[in-house]
Amino acid sequence: MFETYWDPVWLTLRLAATTTLLLLIIGTPIAWWLARTRHWLRQPIAAVIALPLVLPPTVLGFYLLLVMGPEGWVGQMTQSLGIGLLPFTFEGLVVASVIYSLPFTVQPLQNAFEGIGDGFMEVASTLRAAPWDRFLFVAVPLARNGFLTASVLTFAHTIGEFGVILMIGGNIPGETKVLSVAIYDHVEALEYTQAHWLSAGMVVFSFVVLVTLYALNGKARSGAIR
Amino acid sequence: MTASDTICARFQCSFPGFSLDVDLNLPGTGITALFGRSGCGKTTLLRCMAGLQSAPGTMTVLGEPWQTESFIRPVHKRPLAYVFQETHLFPHLNVRKNLDFGYQRISPADRQIGFDDAVRWLGLESHLDRMPAGLSGGERQRVAIARALLTSPRLLLMDEPLSALDFNSKQEILPYLERLHDTLAIPIIYVSHSTAEVARLADHIVMMEEGRVVGQGPLQETLANTDNPFRVQDDAGALLEGQIIDLDDYWHLALFRFDGGKLWLRHDRRVKPGDRVRVRVLARDVSLALSENADQSIQNLVPAVIDQIDPDVAPGISLVRLLAGPTPVLSRLTSRAVAQLGLEPGISVWMQIKSAALVA
Repeated sequence: MFETYWDPVWLTLRLAATTTLLLLIIGTPIAWWLARTRHWLRQPIAAVIALPLVLPPTVLGFYLLLVMGPEGWVGQMTQSLGIGLLPFTFEGLVVASVIYSLPFTVQPLQNAFEGIGDGFMEVASTLRAAPWDRFLFVAVPLARNGFLTASVLTFAHTIGEFGVILMIGGNIPGETKVLSVAIYDHVEALEYTQAHWLSAGMVVFSFVVLVTLYALNGKARSGAIR
Repeated sequence: MTASDTICARFQCSFPGFSLDVDLNLPGTGITALFGRSGCGKTTLLRCMAGLQSAPGTMTVLGEPWQTESFIRPVHKRPLAYVFQETHLFPHLNVRKNLDFGYQRISPADRQIGFDDAVRWLGLESHLDRMPAGLSGGERQRVAIARALLTSPRLLLMDEPLSALDFNSKQEILPYLERLHDTLAIPIIYVSHSTAEVARLADHIVMMEEGRVVGQGPLQETLANTDNPFRVQDDAGALLEGQIIDLDDYWHLALFRFDGGKLWLRHDRRVKPGDRVRVRVLARDVSLALSENADQSIQNLVPAVIDQIDPDVAPGISLVRLLAGPTPVLSRLTSRAVAQLGLEPGISVWMQIKSAALVA
């Protein structure tokens, strides 16, 4: 009984943490590029990244299922690499979550990077800092709140995922049965007590996340007066 | 001047509504002012020199090529320092770490200027552990200057470092800049639109209009040219360099001697006999007499010889260039006065100087 509660919770946390970590690695260069470039591809790429915000998750899940399936090009590639197929595995969920939560990482980071402006970076270059040096020791610390916001939003958004996961992950306990899917299952089986426990937990969790986020942003704003 | 002790900058580029076209050969010592109205391209030129803005051209500093037709050395590899109008102190670092930022990034062998020296020169001893957000405008600019100096640059570029400051902060910073000028051998290129700052600090001046250089040369000579672009402004005038030789505390006057004469100045700054100072004499404050006429309110009478007479841009006004000894002085007169007194080059006259401002 206890196991059935904690399995989905643990799986969900693992998925959210992995996704957040991967997205910080992938999203940072994308956000940096979007914030600094004047390339004509800037708008189209920004739009592609924002797509998961407006598309129904089922649409995203459907295409991911096709692409990662045995006939899709990603599926063919993973098979030829000996990884097998991604749908209905934890790794498949990670890939889907990374795509699904991409805007939640990229947009706060992009805003933070844009907020730094050119001045500090120019000063750093006149103080002998090479591009990487400037990025690590000027841009990243100045965008600290952007990183915090991006991490919290990505983590929370991944935890709240449902449609995409159901489409490509199904409902395999310990592998793809995350919290939101578990709640859905309980309700379907009329196990309202269990559904209550998990749902109330989610409400509390989400509230705590948002309060933390607002507190951090409030602190950043008052600290920004200079 | 040979190429190894000058700064050569040649840039040609156009932006929407503005084009820059300069070919300069500047002295490798002292302060050179890039002077002109806002929008004349002086800041753009400075940014091109630093490499912050890319423009086709060449840049050679004391024999070292920074930009040629075929390559552009990136900003962070140029031994320059840049003081911005907005100080851009890193808000996440305290003063000490801001100062350290550039200092730590040059090799110890290249550190000509010591950390403690820069801190002392700019009076930052008691501010090292403060955060930039808590500093006043003047203090912030002092930190920015020290931070720039700590990279031991071979060229210091300053973009209107005082223009964002109020009057009192300006007065606070100016003595520090003068001290730098006296203690450091680093050439400084100083962008400004303030006649007062230029007169006080610069040794050499480059005047710009609409992206072109319209006049340049040693400050004293250039300011006293009758065709210099300053003349169109009300503050056309000459700059005298000399020494305070006496003080009259009762009347708050200081006696100033330059190569060519003596002047009594009103002084509100602390000066003492022996101080070397600069004095600005505006052309509109100089009238001429054919004889020494002591029976009048004007206290300063200096003999001079007329060198040149040119019409001013304003109709009916003439700009007269005089030489007091070797020192040029300008006088602005009505053309009728010039005709009635029979003034022409070579005539000896008495300059009656109504007031002169002590600028440094």
